[in-house]
Amino acid sequence: MPVLLQQLINGFFIGSVYGLFAIGYTLVFGVLDILNLAHAAIFTLGGLTALWLTTAGGLSMWIAFPLAGLFSGTLGLVLDQAAFAPLRRRAASNLSGLISSIAMAIIFESAALGIFGARTVRFPEGIIVNRVWRFESVTVTSLQVGIVLSALFLMLALTVFLKRTRMGKAIRAVAESEHTARLLGINVDGVIAVTFFISSSLGGVAGILYGLYFDALAPDMGRSIELKGLAVIILGGMGSIPGAILGGIAFGLSEVFTVALTGTSNLRDAVAFTVLLAILILKPSGLLGRGRVREA
Amino acid sequence: MTVEFLSQFLAVYGSLINFIGVNALLALSLYVTLSAGQLSLGNAAFAGIGGYASGILTMHLNVPYPISVLAGAFLPAVVALLIGVPVLRIRGVFLAMATLAFGEVVRIAAVNLGITGGAQGLVGIPNKTTTFIIYGTLAATTYFLKVLGGARIGWSFASIREDETAAKVMGINTTYYKTMAFVLGAFIAGMTGAIYAHLNFIITPGEFGFSAAVQLLIYNIVGGTRSVYGPVLGAFILTALPEVLRGAGVTAGPLRLGVNGVILLLVILYLPNGLSSFFGKKGKLHAQRDGE
Amino acid sequence: MFLEFEKISRSFGGLNALSEVSFGLEAGTIHGLIGPNGSGKTTLINVVSGITEPDSGRLLLAGRPIHRLPSYRIAALGVARTFQNIRLFSSMTCLENVIAGQHLRAGRALVPLLLRLPSARREERQSREEAMACLASAGIENRASALASSLSYGERRRLEIARAMALKPRLLLLDEPIAGMHRREIEEMENLFRSLVESGVTILLIEHNMPFVMRLCSRITVLHFGQTVTTGTPEEVARHPEVIEAYLGVEDR
Repeated sequence: MPVLLQQLINGFFIGSVYGLFAIGYTLVFGVLDILNLAHAAIFTLGGLTALWLTTAGGLSMWIAFPLAGLFSGTLGLVLDQAAFAPLRRRAASNLSGLISSIAMAIIFESAALGIFGARTVRFPEGIIVNRVWRFESVTVTSLQVGIVLSALFLMLALTVFLKRTRMGKAIRAVAESEHTARLLGINVDGVIAVTFFISSSLGGVAGILYGLYFDALAPDMGRSIELKGLAVIILGGMGSIPGAILGGIAFGLSEVFTVALTGTSNLRDAVAFTVLLAILILKPSGLLGRGRVREA
Repeated sequence: MTVEFLSQFLAVYGSLINFIGVNALLALSLYVTLSAGQLSLGNAAFAGIGGYASGILTMHLNVPYPISVLAGAFLPAVVALLIGVPVLRIRGVFLAMATLAFGEVVRIAAVNLGITGGAQGLVGIPNKTTTFIIYGTLAATTYFLKVLGGARIGWSFASIREDETAAKVMGINTTYYKTMAFVLGAFIAGMTGAIYAHLNFIITPGEFGFSAAVQLLIYNIVGGTRSVYGPVLGAFILTALPEVLRGAGVTAGPLRLGVNGVILLLVILYLPNGLSSFFGKKGKLHAQRDGE
Repeated sequence: MFLEFEKISRSFGGLNALSEVSFGLEAGTIHGLIGPNGSGKTTLINVVSGITEPDSGRLLLAGRPIHRLPSYRIAALGVARTFQNIRLFSSMTCLENVIAGQHLRAGRALVPLLLRLPSARREERQSREEAMACLASAGIENRASALASSLSYGERRRLEIARAMALKPRLLLLDEPIAGMHRREIEEMENLFRSLVESGVTILLIEHNMPFVMRLCSRITVLHFGQTVTTGTPEEVARHPEVIEAYLGVEDR
């Protein structure tokens, strides 16, 4: 029973990181109808940038964290300008956007490899204060709490932003119908740029949190989370932010339980993807999805 | 003199030539699916299934090579049918995701199952494949796909690719043809995987993962998907390119990886029909000029 | 009745696009479908061609219910259509567009082509001749090898019609086929539609060009807010008080 509770807690924590990452995916998909496969690479670069800022830059995590987040957002702007905006001007197919994002992912990843090398690195000791609390037989660290709080805060902030601010409403309008939004005088290209900025900074922050949680950063850390992120948004439904959050947590829990049940971490990923496959086959719109599922 | 030169050339570049042929075949397997407007990121996994299945058959059950290859082709085709039928009823991007997930499941299975040799791979597969077999298969497959493009099936693929709704009201059963394109792609990929497995005594799970799947996509985009020669061209250039770069002093690593990415980006942005669009005339589909 | 709408209803998220639409088409006639913008005309055509399924009601083609059939089966029953927002295959030439439209009618079997049999070559030639004939009836045979994307607006509409003809349909659904055409083109299309009807094709025509509709159609159905206002001859419809109100009540036209 205590083991169960511990697993639940662990799963919840990692699930909130997955959820944060998945929000970036689902935001871009909801607004642009494009799957941005460069998201994972920005996740990686976000984490590595925070690492660089704290080691070579000697900054404290409190400063490095938001800086790296902003930098990731900027990468998102670069991504949009380089890979998606030209295609929009040409009215290219969504498939082209997907391929373009793959190209950018490769470029970002090679940049990460080139700048940071292929080794696995970690944040310096004591970069954050990590207290350990025990309740009954359950262990919770302040790091974990910090991660969940950050993730929840950002998700909440995003939700409020989308509901209350003018830009947020503009984003939702474009997600609903780009054509109508244009007719209403909304600067669609600007809205898309903002969307990418938000999506990518969330992705980068997720990378920092992930690196802190697992105490490891590597240029290919995006690889494993990329597919998980996809599984999360399929599970939660494309284009749905609450779906991404719930899906992320559900996914984190299922991962943790799979490891606990099978005693090995090998099959963990396989279960995840089999679930993804099953959902795609059975109920592609996911749990809370609102995306168009049938061909237009 | 020529014979000596040739045999020296083959000794040095033999494995590269084989590798190019294999990559061209794999690129063609994706080409078929793309020609119907569908994106599959699972063809590397299908090749893996074909390779492992046929390798196991030859090694453990002493199945003759041709039958082994055939089995390696049919098994992934059946799997593709099972995945394709439900998924192809819905939007294209879902097939991309489903095949992405599928690819990972296959890779993990290959790493963890005993019969596939785990992470070390399947070792000791008899060497039965020759360059002649590779290029013979490549030629036959290219011819087949070229003719297919001008047949009713090929025209259906092209219509679906252009506008699926218009294709439907023209009488095309789009789900049927999309599935066919997907399954045929899996067949060719599996066949190639089987051939490849018998080339170097060993196959490993890493060769059939996500990066391999992306590579196939790059061959097609760079070479162009308007003509059957596009993917072959793309495979040739991008397989030979690292060798050329190596000669120029650029070794494997971030730079080479980055170059791949840049090439893909430039092509998709500025040359959407790929490099082969420099050769063929625009708008001329398959059978129109080649029909007679 | 060749085509019968029996209380066809369809709503989209609370909006009633079609409410119990009922009327019928006689075989071998041109039947007009008119109404202000947003009255449900295109939705109705989408129901006939199987793109949209009705929530309730029945649709009968020569007595056979088709409202639950997928598009490709309806096409196989001899129903062809054009689209209001034009769905051409832009990277193909005009000839290729029409050849693609021959899917249900031409052979091109794989095996004879692989074996390069003379029968395959003959078929190929015949298919191309027939495709050229379709282009010729639509008056654009001189653009046969031009890319569809390079055509003028009027030419594109004509290409869509040519491609629909390649199916050799019994029922032809035309959604604003002459929009954007100039006078001479319109005259040519009028002649084309008349000759099609003479050869036995039934046409359901959506158009905003009133004189054209009045000249060409033997009967007209008027839709307003997704409901059938009336069905009758052009004269009857022109005199119908609700029709006049529906049109005068809308400012722009």
